[in-house]
Amino acid sequence: MTAQADVGRYARQHARWHWSEIAFWVLALCCAFLFPSRFLIMSDIVRLALFALSLDLILGYAGIVSLGHAAFFGVGAYCAGLLALHGIVTEPVVALVMAGLAAMVVGFLTSFLVIRGVDLTRLMVTLGIALLLEALAERFSNITGGTDGLQGIEMAPILGLFAFDMFGKVGFFYSLAVLFALFLLARRIVHSPFGLSLRAIKNNPLRAAAVGVPVNRRLIAVYTLAAFYAGIAGALFTQTTALASLDVFAFERSADLMLVLVIGGSGYLYGGLIGAVVFRMLQEFFSNLTPQYWQFWIGLVLVVIVLVGRARMHRWALWAPNLIIGLLSGRKAIVAVPESDAS
Amino acid sequence: MTTLFTILFDGVAYGMLLFVLACGLAVTLGLMNFVNLAHGAFAMTGGYVCAVLVNQSGWPFFAALPLAFVSSALIGVVLERALYRHLYARSHLDQVLFSVGLVFMSVAAVDYVMGSSRIFIKLPAALEGQIDFFGVGIGRYRLMIIVICGLLTAGLQLVLARTRFGSRLRAAVDDPRAASGLGINVPQVFAFTFAFGCGLAGLGGALSAEILGLDPYFPLKFMIYFLIVVTVGGSSSITGPFLASLLLGVGDVAGKYYVPKMGPFVIYTIMIVILIWRPNGLFGRTAAR
Repeated sequence: MTAQADVGRYARQHARWHWSEIAFWVLALCCAFLFPSRFLIMSDIVRLALFALSLDLILGYAGIVSLGHAAFFGVGAYCAGLLALHGIVTEPVVALVMAGLAAMVVGFLTSFLVIRGVDLTRLMVTLGIALLLEALAERFSNITGGTDGLQGIEMAPILGLFAFDMFGKVGFFYSLAVLFALFLLARRIVHSPFGLSLRAIKNNPLRAAAVGVPVNRRLIAVYTLAAFYAGIAGALFTQTTALASLDVFAFERSADLMLVLVIGGSGYLYGGLIGAVVFRMLQEFFSNLTPQYWQFWIGLVLVVIVLVGRARMHRWALWAPNLIIGLLSGRKAIVAVPESDAS
Repeated sequence: MTTLFTILFDGVAYGMLLFVLACGLAVTLGLMNFVNLAHGAFAMTGGYVCAVLVNQSGWPFFAALPLAFVSSALIGVVLERALYRHLYARSHLDQVLFSVGLVFMSVAAVDYVMGSSRIFIKLPAALEGQIDFFGVGIGRYRLMIIVICGLLTAGLQLVLARTRFGSRLRAAVDDPRAASGLGINVPQVFAFTFAFGCGLAGLGGALSAEILGLDPYFPLKFMIYFLIVVTVGGSSSITGPFLASLLLGVGDVAGKYYVPKMGPFVIYTIMIVILIWRPNGLFGRTAAR
């Protein structure tokens, strides 16, 4: 058997849909009917999930640690907001794609800065880029509206058919559809040979280069792709909340995003989605407990997770589901314990 | 010409302040290779301790400064022994997450205890106003900062280069295994250094309340500045971070004076350019191994 066929077989094997994945998405759809009064928070979760999916692509698959992923979220958000505000493109889906492309361009340009240097430099450069964009947005407050943000964004009906309503019902289904479509794309990509080569780079860039993987080109490609995803998430934010202000670039947004991925685990795509649900529930719970000071508890969760160890945490959390899946289907559990990502 | 001197003077004072605030980080991040984003939290602690002592208990300002140092150092050593030391060998990602968690906790805790508005420390009358020096107005407070920080810097350089502890620290950083083989108690050296760095940050926090402003978001607002000092300065000696702080201080003050509309834009751009041009910092060897 040739190596190529081997890789193909491996990739196909891992790309097969497991029934638990289908169950996950059916459940997500069911939520719409189970909690008809909670559309706003649910679309918030979906947006966060998409954003986390984007970070997972670079952190979980390519091992790039980013402290400034909000940069692309912000670009997408402002782009969608400005397009709608000035009536350039009022149809949400087209505006969404355009905002994603704008973030993608920014991602492509900055990727050359990010692939240089090691972890620490990357942390600094990504953080710096987000801060830079925030400073720019503040500087050109005649365009961005400064701290007040863009006011009076009105969205046309989606595809000319579904108008956004007050309760966020349409917004939720719209966000979920976008998330699902982009998830399918991400799933296809990470199970392709391209995705495999990314994992190789993450595990050992030097060795990956030695077996002929064009390391830098792959990193640029995945960083650009992640920027596209983040841009879409930002645009969804603007479109469903009719809001875009300076805090889309905030450091807290990037930091929260890392927490989402840490809770869910990185490197298997569902981590961001599960993490988003858990994170938002935690946030709800803590804000009810101590409004205004919920950040304290979020920080505590972060500290505890790191001290206990991320891998161990996930082993504990997944013990029961894995047992059930193992008993029911008699094969290796699909909710694999994510590999500890040493970076 | 006078404005130029004033800008230079203010910039130097600002830079010296940044150096005292950040030089603890230069050791943890640059030498021990630990990404401690929570460094500003220690500075904030010092600032608030000083504010409470001066404003509420009526301590003289100069008596409260050493206490700001001591309290931050104490908290530093407790946290180092309890939490930080478990993370020295972990990935940068873990360290970032951990320290961001600490920042969030400190911000919310200080907000809860002290309220979210900006705090001012009552200064003694001797520190207010300006001295006229050949036609150049020199702020007394800034002059004091330059004197204190200058002495501290000289002292630090002497300790690192000349004393037994300094050579132990350098040995422990260069090769912890070989150093402990030679009988150096490496964890103790690290703990002491960490605590001292935190103490300096606390002192810097107390001094900076007047210039930078002190509120619960201090650790987040100035995190990037500390990181710039360390990454741009490199870590072969404390001279690198020192020069980087001065550059940053003068650059920031000049930038705010001449191109006020650009805000912090200039600083971030310069940082990114320098990091791309020389990923290991302007001065000396690698900051990230």
